[in-house]
Amino acid sequence: MAPFLTLERLTKTFGAQVAVADLSLAVPAGEILCLLGPSGCGKSTLLRLIAGFETPTGGAIRLDGVDLTGLAPHRRPVNMMFQSYALFPHLSVSRNIAYGLNGLRRSAAAARVEELLRLVQLEDFGNRRPETLSGGQRQRVALARALAREPKVLLLDEPLGALDRGLREQTQGELRAIQRRLGTAFVIVTHDPSEAMALADRIGVMDKGRLVQVGRSETLYERPVNRFVAGLLGDVNLIPGTVRDADGALVRVETALGPIFASGESAPSIGAPAVIALRPERLAASTIDGVAAGDRNTLDGQVEASIYLGDHIRFDIRMRDGSTIRANIPAGTGIASETHVRLSFAPDAATVMAA
Amino acid sequence: MSVLNRLSLGLGLVFLYAPIAVLVVFSFNASSLVTVWGGFSTRWYGVLVNDGPLIAAALVSLKVASLAALVATLLGTLAALALNRSGRFTGRGGFTGLVYAPMVMPEVITGLSLLLLFVGLGLDRGLVTLVIAHATLGLGFVAVVVGARLKGLDGSLEEAAADLGAGPFRVFATVTLPLIAPSLVAAFLLAFTLSLDDLVIASFVSGPGATTLPMRLYSQVRLGVNPEINAASTLLVGGVTVVVLAASFLTGRRGVGNQGT
Repeated sequence: MAPFLTLERLTKTFGAQVAVADLSLAVPAGEILCLLGPSGCGKSTLLRLIAGFETPTGGAIRLDGVDLTGLAPHRRPVNMMFQSYALFPHLSVSRNIAYGLNGLRRSAAAARVEELLRLVQLEDFGNRRPETLSGGQRQRVALARALAREPKVLLLDEPLGALDRGLREQTQGELRAIQRRLGTAFVIVTHDPSEAMALADRIGVMDKGRLVQVGRSETLYERPVNRFVAGLLGDVNLIPGTVRDADGALVRVETALGPIFASGESAPSIGAPAVIALRPERLAASTIDGVAAGDRNTLDGQVEASIYLGDHIRFDIRMRDGSTIRANIPAGTGIASETHVRLSFAPDAATVMAA
Repeated sequence: MSVLNRLSLGLGLVFLYAPIAVLVVFSFNASSLVTVWGGFSTRWYGVLVNDGPLIAAALVSLKVASLAALVATLLGTLAALALNRSGRFTGRGGFTGLVYAPMVMPEVITGLSLLLLFVGLGLDRGLVTLVIAHATLGLGFVAVVVGARLKGLDGSLEEAAADLGAGPFRVFATVTLPLIAPSLVAAFLLAFTLSLDDLVIASFVSGPGATTLPMRLYSQVRLGVNPEINAASTLLVGGVTVVVLAASFLTGRRGVGNQGT
């Protein structure tokens, strides 16, 4: 798909503080892109730049070939769903949704409001005031209102942040279903990695105003480009070492635990310091005299702690250099009673990153 | 509440309201001697109604207060909007101070400076100068009341309206204005009572034919207090109380006053 929304070298500074730094990004039509990062990483500012509430210090925003950079918010064919929902308290649900439809004839606007109320399953709530609705209902009104003008891109700022957990998972499904039905591109800002993975076609990880890595959930989880991305998306073991040898994507890294073969598409050059990222659930455990398949890396260690967590057992294994490796092993493998174990993993399960 | 707290609250209230209570009680005095109780009567209210000059002064006061409050609300709201909604601009802090400063300015100085201005401009003193002076008096208070409401207003409401295609004027007319409307009414009522109460500034800037109620009462008191003055004052106190209560009700209502506080 051709890029639809493109950000070109976008920069925004507030005084000496850099909120968005030289950021380029392309979003194809119909995609859900999640911007993920800790608070203060610039993801909300980026959204406000696209909506037009902030003026970029440098760079350009293009949508479908049209330069939006200098346009006022009310002239942009994008709409935003606010974190606080920002429903107008003095207007009914119907009139909130109809607010953006004042270009339409009255009957057409009324029909559109009906259609949107059906879309978010609030048919009987048109005459209610926002303050009489539950959090989940308000969220849906805000979504309907933001979709009313059929925006080319919908911007969502922490759309599920104000909902409690059970409702959040249900709403994630509904949000995806609505997006698939309409085919509108969604740009969603969130600080919650699991939410981003549940919603996104692609995730863009932001840190200190920069876009660190963009890609599908699997890519980010399995092949993070640095410690920040690796740590953000879940538990990870980080093993420092030095790159010794590279054969295509296979890299040999010399570590305090011995040589480790790992996948290194974006590995640093030979001789450079590196870090291996290894997910705890990609490790297998056997008894210390167990034999691993020839191409697998092995790590021997002493069990420091093991916690039974139902679907898996979480081991913390003390290595010979004093470091600890975490391994999540399926329960019922009989390894729980051992004091010394041998961990093994395929080179493909580990990623070499720049230190 | 402990006994001590009740006692101190009681003392405070007595200190504040005993003089007014005396005034109200003696307005119902049958005797024409102000300090001697001669039984209950409403005769002074009857005298009041037939006191032509006093009624005329009251009408002048109401007219001036309405017009001045209108002007003050208009200008004060514009000032509040400029100070709270134009983002950061050079000298914003200074402007804020300049808008608020007249509130703590001694009234004698405000009155005198306005008088000098009017004389300098060759403006005849009368109703017009009174309205201008009282609008000046009320403007700062209006800016404070409306500004507080604007500060409490979630800024994303106006952004949402703009995002939905509304230009700046429509945003103001359909979102900002309805949401700050109660504070506008409250500010108007406040400016109204300030004008109604004022004696000092009015004495400077008023002219022949534009005697306000406080001016009339003051000049009568100088000839000697009589129960009619008590009756007029009681009505004034009652009126102002109602207006102030209405104003505080409007600013204090849920979701209408300062949401944050």
